[in-house]
Amino acid sequence: MSSPTRSSDAPAACASQGAKLTAAQLEERLDEALDPVLSSRRTAQPLAAKLASLGRDLQDFALHWTAVIARTSGELAYRFAALAPDVLGRVDPPAAEAWIIHAMDTFDREGLYRGSAELTNVDAFMQASRHSGEAVAFEDVSNVLRLLVCGLAGRPLKIELAAEAYTDTETLHLPARMCARASREQNFLLYKGLATHLWAQARYGTFNVDPTQQLAKFADPARALTLYNYLETTRLDAIIARELPGLARELTALREGAEPPRECARLRDAAASAADSLALVAALYDKNFEPPRLSYMGVLHPDIAQAVRASRLAREKKELQTELAKLLPDEPTETEAQPGGDGAPRYSVAATGDDTAAGLELSLDGEPFTPPAHVNDLLHSIAQDLGEIPQEYLVPANDGEHAQRKDGGDAAHSLQGPSPEEGTHFYHEWDYQRRHYRKSWCALREVDVNPADPDFIDATLTRYAVQVGQLRRTFEMLRGEDKWLKKQPAGDDIDLDSVITAFTDLRTGRELPEQLFQRRFKAERDIAVMFMVDMSGSTKGWINDAERESLVMLCEALEVLGDRYAIYGFSGITRKRCEIYRVKRFGEPYDQTVRRRIAGIQPQDYTRMGVAIRHLSSLLNAVDARTKLLITLSDGKPDDYSDNYRGEYGIEDTRQALIEAHRGGIHPFCITIDREAREYLPRMYGAVNYTVIEDVARLPLKVADVYRRLTT
Amino acid sequence: MTKSLPGKIAALKEPAAQTAARMIEREPYYEPLGREIELFEAAYATQIPVLLKGPTGCGKTRFMEYMAWRLKRPLLTVSCHDDLTAADLIGRYLITNNETVWVDGPLAHAVRCGGICYLDEIVEARKDTTVVIHPLADDRRILPMEKHGELLHAPKEFLLAMSYNPGYQSVLKELKQSTRQRFVAIEFNYPSAALEKKIIIAETGIEPAVADQLIRLAEMTRNLKGNGLDEGASTRLLVHAGKLIAKGIPARAACTGAIAAALTDDPDMLRAVNELANSLF
Repeated sequence: MSSPTRSSDAPAACASQGAKLTAAQLEERLDEALDPVLSSRRTAQPLAAKLASLGRDLQDFALHWTAVIARTSGELAYRFAALAPDVLGRVDPPAAEAWIIHAMDTFDREGLYRGSAELTNVDAFMQASRHSGEAVAFEDVSNVLRLLVCGLAGRPLKIELAAEAYTDTETLHLPARMCARASREQNFLLYKGLATHLWAQARYGTFNVDPTQQLAKFADPARALTLYNYLETTRLDAIIARELPGLARELTALREGAEPPRECARLRDAAASAADSLALVAALYDKNFEPPRLSYMGVLHPDIAQAVRASRLAREKKELQTELAKLLPDEPTETEAQPGGDGAPRYSVAATGDDTAAGLELSLDGEPFTPPAHVNDLLHSIAQDLGEIPQEYLVPANDGEHAQRKDGGDAAHSLQGPSPEEGTHFYHEWDYQRRHYRKSWCALREVDVNPADPDFIDATLTRYAVQVGQLRRTFEMLRGEDKWLKKQPAGDDIDLDSVITAFTDLRTGRELPEQLFQRRFKAERDIAVMFMVDMSGSTKGWINDAERESLVMLCEALEVLGDRYAIYGFSGITRKRCEIYRVKRFGEPYDQTVRRRIAGIQPQDYTRMGVAIRHLSSLLNAVDARTKLLITLSDGKPDDYSDNYRGEYGIEDTRQALIEAHRGGIHPFCITIDREAREYLPRMYGAVNYTVIEDVARLPLKVADVYRRLTT
Repeated sequence: MTKSLPGKIAALKEPAAQTAARMIEREPYYEPLGREIELFEAAYATQIPVLLKGPTGCGKTRFMEYMAWRLKRPLLTVSCHDDLTAADLIGRYLITNNETVWVDGPLAHAVRCGGICYLDEIVEARKDTTVVIHPLADDRRILPMEKHGELLHAPKEFLLAMSYNPGYQSVLKELKQSTRQRFVAIEFNYPSAALEKKIIIAETGIEPAVADQLIRLAEMTRNLKGNGLDEGASTRLLVHAGKLIAKGIPARAACTGAIAAALTDDPDMLRAVNELANSLF
């Protein structure tokens, strides 16, 4: 299957014909696209007037994209149309397309304000994307960077996507792409430099002082903060030069000769800390020193970092005290309980080695001992924030506190409940007009089907008793032919070949092999199949009944066959509420619970198919099988409420999701009862990978049959 | 080829020649990690078999060679695998010139000559195979050879030792309690940074500064254990990298070949380990 190219043909096709459009014609077309955001005071007329000066192909390009953007946001489309004449005059169409997609992605992610800012900021985008062919995307490198900072050690850090690079001391936020440099290696290096610097900020205490408070005394705290950021970068560069000389060498190339002023010399000292950087801010601030902007420098958000740090310290202090209480030997509690028994501190910590965090030795009553790994991690994390372990952190929680905290902690946790994002999967969606994915566009949750009365199952089995019997027999025959396995150490017959070989071995003085038998062996059918059942509102009534009956028959047949199978329903309403209903997971037995869930399959909302396919493919990919099948049971084309999923968009997204599944080694197949399916299913599934069942009543009998044909 | 077979068998039957070949002549380089030498010698003196536990490449086999040299006993090493049969350990009859000849297996040989029999990676062997060592591994110290109709009594110089790596223990690769409870266990781990540095310098002759960086890299990979790596870089890998560097291979290339590619096949992990190496060299 090739990727869809249809939408790209549209503007090109128009370009080849006709002359320039007049302002009036343009206005008419713009009115149509931008209708919702136009008013008597804001008409398309000035836009059209400017567009009229462009060539016909550029006019078509602008109109095409205005219409595309308008489907995402009318306002954004209006702003594009206003900017287009100027931009298209100096930028070639592929670059302009990248710029538009970038702005729409930003809009999807962060809303109109940031989206239109990206649109307006066309020069910055062009500057940054001079080498867009050599750009490195966040998703390509995030895993490597995560492993990299994990290897560098310190507190475990998460890596997340954000508009700008900064850290809150627990998560490193990195931008979506790097394209400022001329080669992929250089752009990756930028990512690496950013990530290690953010790691170093967390590791070497950039936020162990309070920059916000300290810098508030300056007339322009923002400028002071920029200075602080620069000075910290200088200090961390020196640390990196000592600790990671290879990386430091690579970063030197990125510095482009910008060397820090003389005053910074003391920051190179091994003992320099964030406090030294703060002290230097004053000196350089007064000299009006303008710090160079290094390409691997992020930004600082001291408030966010301070908040995260404070809550972590409070949490870790409690945890450490609780853990230390648990580690106390039991017997001395009586002496301790006596008033005035608070003699010398029981726990103490001494640093071993020259680096504060390199080794911390915990002692109890002056006797060093090795704490469990998680206590050790806590000690290191606290030492990383405070530079040492204050004595108050080493006071074990007394039993009352301990119990209280345990209860309180649990209660607080259960009150929180699952956060709205918990258990939610996010999936990209293909926008055929943009010819790009909308990033993390659909939010999908897995829920269980409410079990219903299994009477329905019994009724079905009674009704189709004869056919079920036939099905079982047919499938039994499929179960795989018996095979003879040769050279077995035991078996039901002698393997003559190996006996002859053994005899000659024996005569030539070699060892007599023990594998002289043959035995029967059942060939394994290594198949995993996922059934994806349409639970949209349109299946209400007898279609739903037929679907449920089909599933019952199918389960009966598959139980005989022994193939691994799972059944999931899908439905949902809008991209934010896509739902997958669990009926039977892989590995779950076909028992009463599953039967009741099959009976409980009820029509829900709409059919957003792409995201369902993406989710179920990921589940299917987790199963280890030679053949993987994704079979969809459906009654119509993809459709969703209120956005434009219906029609071509939905079909193209579904097609793209199926291409992704196919790429992952899954064979998709569709069984449908929609008589019009022949118009769109070949596009989605390919010419042979679907079947239309004209008569709904025949569905229960046909599904198992189709499955048999598919797997033999 | 068949003609030379009797000669070969005769050679096999010549225990003295074989024993000499199993002697370790030169002192192997070994840095004690703790009190393992003391412990091993005490176990040897009291004729208790020894089990060496520890991750791969931390010096278990080297330790055995060192102890064999120190005790001046021949060392017979058997690398266990799941096709290893009891006959492979004890011995079997071979046929030559219409005549059967008994040939001792390494275990029987070690018992006869009072050597050290070292079963490397014992968990890889099938459980029914490991059972044959039981009578040897308790105070009976006998090896029944049923096919040969002979009962061997181990001399006091004989020692049974085996190794296993608890790190990658799956349910299928667990040591039976009845086997493991016959042994004195000596636990091995990666040496401390200072000791590891000494070992790497002694083994490879690289500059101390380079050894320091190698050890930093090992720490980094050990941080990744459980985050996509099953094991961090072992001392053995560091020695390999060090040897390559000493041969003039650039440090980054040496780390890629000897450490990153040896640790993982996962592309992202490979790249991350390489980046870690690059950040140091």
